[in-house]
Amino acid sequence: MPEGGKKTLNRRHVLKAGAAASLLPFIHTGRAFAETPIGSWPAGVSGDTAFIGISTPLTGPYSADGADHLKGYQLAIEQLNNGGGIVSKLPHLSGKGVLGKKVIYKYADSQTQPNPAVQAQTTFINQDKAIMITGCLSSAVAVAVEKLAQREQVLNMVGCSGANETTGADCVRYGFRNQPSAYMADLALAPVLAKHLGRNLKAAYLVPDYVYGHSVFGTLSEAMDKKYGWKVAAKQIAPLGTNNFSSYLLNIANSGADVFINVTFGADAVSSTKQAKQFGLMDKMKQVQPNISAFLPDGVGAELMQDTYGTFDFWWTQSYKDPMAKIFVDDFMKKFNYNPRWAAHIGYTQMMFWAEAVERAKSFNPVKVIKMLESGFKLDLPGGETYYRAFDHQAVRAVPVVLGKKPSEMKSKDDYFEILDLVPGEDVMPPKGFQGCKLGPYI
Amino acid sequence: MVTWALLWAQLFNGLVLGALLVLVAMGLTIVFGTLGIVNFAHGALYMIGAYAGYVAFLHTQSFILAMVSGAAVVLLIGVILERGLIRHYYARPPEDQILVTFGLAIVLIEIVRLIFGGISRRTDEPIWGNGVVNLGLLYYPRYQVEVLGIVTLVLIALYLVLYRTKIGLIVRAGIEDPLMVNILGINVTRTFLLVFGLGAMAAGFAGVINAPIVSVDPDMGAPILIQCFVVIVIGGVGSFWGAVAGGLIAGETLSLTTMVAPDYAQVMLFAAMAFILIVRPQGLFGVKTRQ
Repeated sequence: MPEGGKKTLNRRHVLKAGAAASLLPFIHTGRAFAETPIGSWPAGVSGDTAFIGISTPLTGPYSADGADHLKGYQLAIEQLNNGGGIVSKLPHLSGKGVLGKKVIYKYADSQTQPNPAVQAQTTFINQDKAIMITGCLSSAVAVAVEKLAQREQVLNMVGCSGANETTGADCVRYGFRNQPSAYMADLALAPVLAKHLGRNLKAAYLVPDYVYGHSVFGTLSEAMDKKYGWKVAAKQIAPLGTNNFSSYLLNIANSGADVFINVTFGADAVSSTKQAKQFGLMDKMKQVQPNISAFLPDGVGAELMQDTYGTFDFWWTQSYKDPMAKIFVDDFMKKFNYNPRWAAHIGYTQMMFWAEAVERAKSFNPVKVIKMLESGFKLDLPGGETYYRAFDHQAVRAVPVVLGKKPSEMKSKDDYFEILDLVPGEDVMPPKGFQGCKLGPYI
Repeated sequence: MVTWALLWAQLFNGLVLGALLVLVAMGLTIVFGTLGIVNFAHGALYMIGAYAGYVAFLHTQSFILAMVSGAAVVLLIGVILERGLIRHYYARPPEDQILVTFGLAIVLIEIVRLIFGGISRRTDEPIWGNGVVNLGLLYYPRYQVEVLGIVTLVLIALYLVLYRTKIGLIVRAGIEDPLMVNILGINVTRTFLLVFGLGAMAAGFAGVINAPIVSVDPDMGAPILIQCFVVIVIGGVGSFWGAVAGGLIAGETLSLTTMVAPDYAQVMLFAAMAFILIVRPQGLFGVKTRQ
């Protein structure tokens, strides 16, 4: 394009921006606010249903957790429409839909990749007039869908995503994240590691090469190194979907580390854990998996999980002490015949939280729902008290720190972990302004 | 830090990694070379082999039986697929062949997901593969050292079949000039069935061998299939020695790059492929004249 053309374009942009700015004061007047359609509202709830678009990975390395995630949503939606479960325990839910509208949904396979997830959710927004979108199992997907939600002005209850960026550098006004961020999980984990494993140790990290992996490595290594004198002996970055980690593990075996910190997840975690055992790392080094993949023990067996330190979003034995968790775990077991893992917990609690916020806002209007969520109302959910922070939309909630049980200590076939500590969310939250989160406009 | 010990370890590791790739790529390249079919379902057949081995091991606790069953089940599936589906596509354009094998892969993967679910199945190494072995300069998983031996034996057997038997002669002739083989009045139908079955069986066998090393889940075939395509592009389509050389180059590239710059290992693999495509488009051992 010639230089002159560029200049014209710039001038036009400036003029447009000026015109838009001059209109700003009118947008925020009460009358205009109530009548202006926002995203899929009110079209999405003009009938007697409210449509939810769900995308979870049903294929690809995170598919086992993705299927579990979906089941959490399905149980929640069933109970929102027909009553049961924790619905009667939450102050504003009726068990007859949300604001009297039946919750309906469709789900799509995100293939553990951003593009299919964005495509599916775009279809749900455009064709089905989704009033809320949700579901995720990779932070790379989460960040992509958050951008879509902000652009389309449709509320996004993020789903499973651990990277700090989701409610940090890439936070958006229209996105809310329930899962504890890497920052929270690592700050909860760090003192436990120092207490049980010791200070001044050398750690070798196996890091999946995307936003989540880098996020966990950054926060955990910083926490351990600064506070407890640990050192990074090796940092091995492997692509998502790697099946043979032998060359990375050889470097780790050769690094002289005392602790092996495995950040991989899903099927990658199964492969890397099996191979770590074969390379003799389990005998030489202490095992840490900062955010344990919920189905990992099923794939590798309890022998390989024993003495592994890590965190979860939720572990089903919390139901022994937490009555809300017990209701959720029992209902899930009844419907799906296994104890829910943490992806299901996130799907379930997010649906309930959203429904409660809509009922409190007395409207599906996303701006009103966002403001209600930002008001910081607290809910007693399975896993403990939960609320969202107004300035970054991160849920404040407890982080379970766990240790893999010895096979002889297990009371049932999936009693893989002992909960060492339930760290209160308030103690591990990132400070305001962390990663420079700017939520963006309401409309 | 790179030390001599680590260099030797990574060189040896590249050999093992390469051997595993050769085993999977061999079936793919034989089918590709002889039948002209780019079998996108090869990864799915590898996955089914792993599951068949898993089921057999669960019931018999014998890894030898698991290997035999994995190979046999996938051979049977390969034969059924060739008779019922693939042979109708020999004469059709490559796009149709790609679409049908790609679709077939999805169907096979989803059937396995329906039966076994998406959660990784627990597959341990056999008792005789437990532990670490001291190779003098390095310690290495005993099972993976044994895998290197098993793969070598299988490749020798395959070499003897391809280069020392009449059927092998026909297969190799088919790779170089399928039209001429046809004209000579050889029963190509039976040969094609045999080749496809053999290719499938190799994939199934590789699946069982790999099962104790990697996650056994319905999608396990996808990443290895991509690497196998790289292997046969480097080595040359349809070439036995090409697959061997390609596999070893891929294994060493991954291993040695990881030693110095782990984040560039996969990039280097594709860079190696791109380099070969530029300087020798038919691959290291590829036959230039084949159409």
